Amino acid sequence: MSRIGVFVCHCGENIARTVDVEKVAAAAARLPGVVFATDYKYMCSDPGQNRLKKAVAEHRLDGVVVAACSPRMHEKTFRSAARAAGLNPFLCEMANIREHCSWVHEDRAEATAKASDIVRMMVARTKKDNRLAPISVQVTKRSLVIGGGIAGIQAALDIADAGHQVVLVEREPSLGGHMAMLSETFPTLDCSQCIMTPKMVDVANHPNITLHTYAELETVEGYIGNFQVTVRKKAKSVVEAKCTGCGVCSTKCPQKKIPNSFDRDLGMRPAIYAPFPQAVPNTPVIDREHCTKFISGKCGVCQKVCGPGAIDYDQQDELIVEPVGAIVVATGFELYDIGRKPEGSAIKGYGEYGYGTIPDVIDGLTFERLASASGPTGGKIERPSDGKEPKEVVFIQCVGSRAPQKGISYCSKVCCMYTAKHTVLYKHKVHDGQAYVFFMDARTPGKNYDEFWRRAVEEEEALYLRGMVSRLYQRGDKVVVVGSDVLSGSQVEIEADLVVLATAVQARGGADTLAQKLGISYDKYNFYSEAHAKLKPVECATAGIFLAGACQGPKDIPETVSQASAAAAKVMTLFAKDQMEREPVIARVDERRCAACFACRKVCPYGAVAEKAIRDRQGKLLRTVASVNDGVCGGCGTCQATCPSKSIELDGYTDEQIDAMIEAL
Amino acid sequence: MHATKQTHDFEPKIVAFVCTWCTYAGADLAGTSRLQYPANVRLVKFPCTGRIDPLFILRAFQKGADGVLVSGCHPGDCHYMAGNFHARRRFAAFRKLLEFIGVNLSRLEFSWVSAAEAGKWVEVVTTLTERVREMGPMPEFKDLELEEQWSGVLSTPEMAATYRSI
Repeated sequence: MSRIGVFVCHCGENIARTVDVEKVAAAAARLPGVVFATDYKYMCSDPGQNRLKKAVAEHRLDGVVVAACSPRMHEKTFRSAARAAGLNPFLCEMANIREHCSWVHEDRAEATAKASDIVRMMVARTKKDNRLAPISVQVTKRSLVIGGGIAGIQAALDIADAGHQVVLVEREPSLGGHMAMLSETFPTLDCSQCIMTPKMVDVANHPNITLHTYAELETVEGYIGNFQVTVRKKAKSVVEAKCTGCGVCSTKCPQKKIPNSFDRDLGMRPAIYAPFPQAVPNTPVIDREHCTKFISGKCGVCQKVCGPGAIDYDQQDELIVEPVGAIVVATGFELYDIGRKPEGSAIKGYGEYGYGTIPDVIDGLTFERLASASGPTGGKIERPSDGKEPKEVVFIQCVGSRAPQKGISYCSKVCCMYTAKHTVLYKHKVHDGQAYVFFMDARTPGKNYDEFWRRAVEEEEALYLRGMVSRLYQRGDKVVVVGSDVLSGSQVEIEADLVVLATAVQARGGADTLAQKLGISYDKYNFYSEAHAKLKPVECATAGIFLAGACQGPKDIPETVSQASAAAAKVMTLFAKDQMEREPVIARVDERRCAACFACRKVCPYGAVAEKAIRDRQGKLLRTVASVNDGVCGGCGTCQATCPSKSIELDGYTDEQIDAMIEAL
Repeated sequence: MHATKQTHDFEPKIVAFVCTWCTYAGADLAGTSRLQYPANVRLVKFPCTGRIDPLFILRAFQKGADGVLVSGCHPGDCHYMAGNFHARRRFAAFRKLLEFIGVNLSRLEFSWVSAAEAGKWVEVVTTLTERVREMGPMPEFKDLELEEQWSGVLSTPEMAATYRSI
């Protein structure tokens, strides 16, 4: 006979207001197997926990049910209390009578009856609980960082400085991401390259960082502390070990008419290229799609001019397997493109802005390249169509953002500030120019942000017009902007030389595919989801995977850097121990019953089921059975529901436990 | 002023088999958001919908449930990568079997409720409760259960009479 103790919590008034806790405790006391039942104001408080511990000792309890909040809230608390009282922690269960009962029902009689039912079911389950021991697994103290923008760089440097190995994977030929493309940063107008490139160099030179550029994540296997990741290193056609980065190949390459995506297609680059002069590593790559040698087999100029003989046209993609214990995802964002969207897509294009066909309508990132000293114009503001200096520039905010009718409801967070910065940069470069800004709201929360915005309006004379732009069209060499100014209640028409759209920040294309490889969740905009909106903003719900930067949602640079360092700190916390404990919810095979059909192996998402040979003393094979690898099993229990002979059981969720609950309905 | 509470002749018993990562958390969120829904549902938590043996559904009907809800993570969002896909396939086949043995499939609901979808949880629970309330109690399996507990064949008139008198 079991000796179960039931503790009903009032949670102050949270439970007691709608549930008659005394009645619930009295009903519990009458259940078979319950030897002690009580109620208390705050079970999670120190005196509450002491009551539990005392009762375990006094009544020699062999199981405890705490009827209180969600186990997601306090299961750990009460299990530790049970452990302290000498009870196996897995014999302590929680009956959720707050989130699932008192908070969602108003009728006291109904809520009390339901709470009693929940307690009865949990008591029935607890009677069937088994003593379990936590499983220790080895932690591989190496970390993978995906993405070499500022988020990935910061996370990698922090982890590496703490003395742990880091593998950094970047899709492009160089580190840098979006931050390397910016001209200056708000609100201090620091030169972005000047603060970014030293960090890139630090990464490349760090003894603890293995850098894979022009590489992508192929597969991920394993679990927290023990991931196996495969990285596809795309063929650069240049042997990194031999290349000195002299750049002669790029200068001599006859194919020079390829739009440079780093300059938002404003400038041109050769077929063998490094994306920008300060690239790290500065090993160029051959763009095989555009290289004459790969298209027609002729040319080969780069190979001839390369002093160290680093060019290798036959280089193949390389698959590298890296064992790591933690993963930081820092894949960043991309900008909304106002062009036509495929039929049926939730995101709509901007037909009223010409779907991106007017050459002098550019986005914010393109303006960054125009204003950048290392950009295609050397920092001169020249409009793309004819290279003239624009005297009237219209900036339009919230293009795509905060527009549910266009498919995106969220605020992109950075546009208010970068548009203010653009007007300032523009005024500094074109003194007689006039900047107009169409805006919905100016959102400037951040240290010194509002001051900076005021400076743009008051000192740099940007003319802010509150309202939306309904139409953009070409008239002669001007772009006509038709909008409204709701403050004066008038229609506005401006003949602009250049229009800059603050387009929405979006998740990277392919973010969903990567999430599926990693087994992490994402929202309807493909931004990655954190484990808890308030209290776990860095962790993914999948243990051992952490988020940094704009892959989780729009963020500015200081926020991105803070989150990257936070992710690094989480990784270091994980690496502080050699072994980690994990919940012993794993499947076990009853070898006597297993019929070796291996249906379990077919459904196991982790590949945790292997064949095990059972031999007699002479070593003669008697039969083969299924066997679960403790370290690899994730604990989903799909195998148990699949097993036709019921010879595999998931600890903590056995058929007996579930049946007991159903029996107690 | 509270609206007058409607009283019903029949309060159905609804059992929800949910996964711990998505739907259980979604139901928690409904609580934290103080949403209101009928008090008829009882939750049984599983690590994953993949763990749910169809036999549990049968057993729930047998033990007094009038309606059963199975809910987990959206396809593609499974914490265990593929558990909910297995569950989906399993239940697609299982529905056919239930239909074959004469269970009205309106008593059974499968849905995906994520940890963020408190509103959807409330909607799913409320709809199912109201639907099953309309349908009335489900006697078939309960009779079966009584017979099973009798553990004998009701072959003699005395036994049958005794059975009816309980």
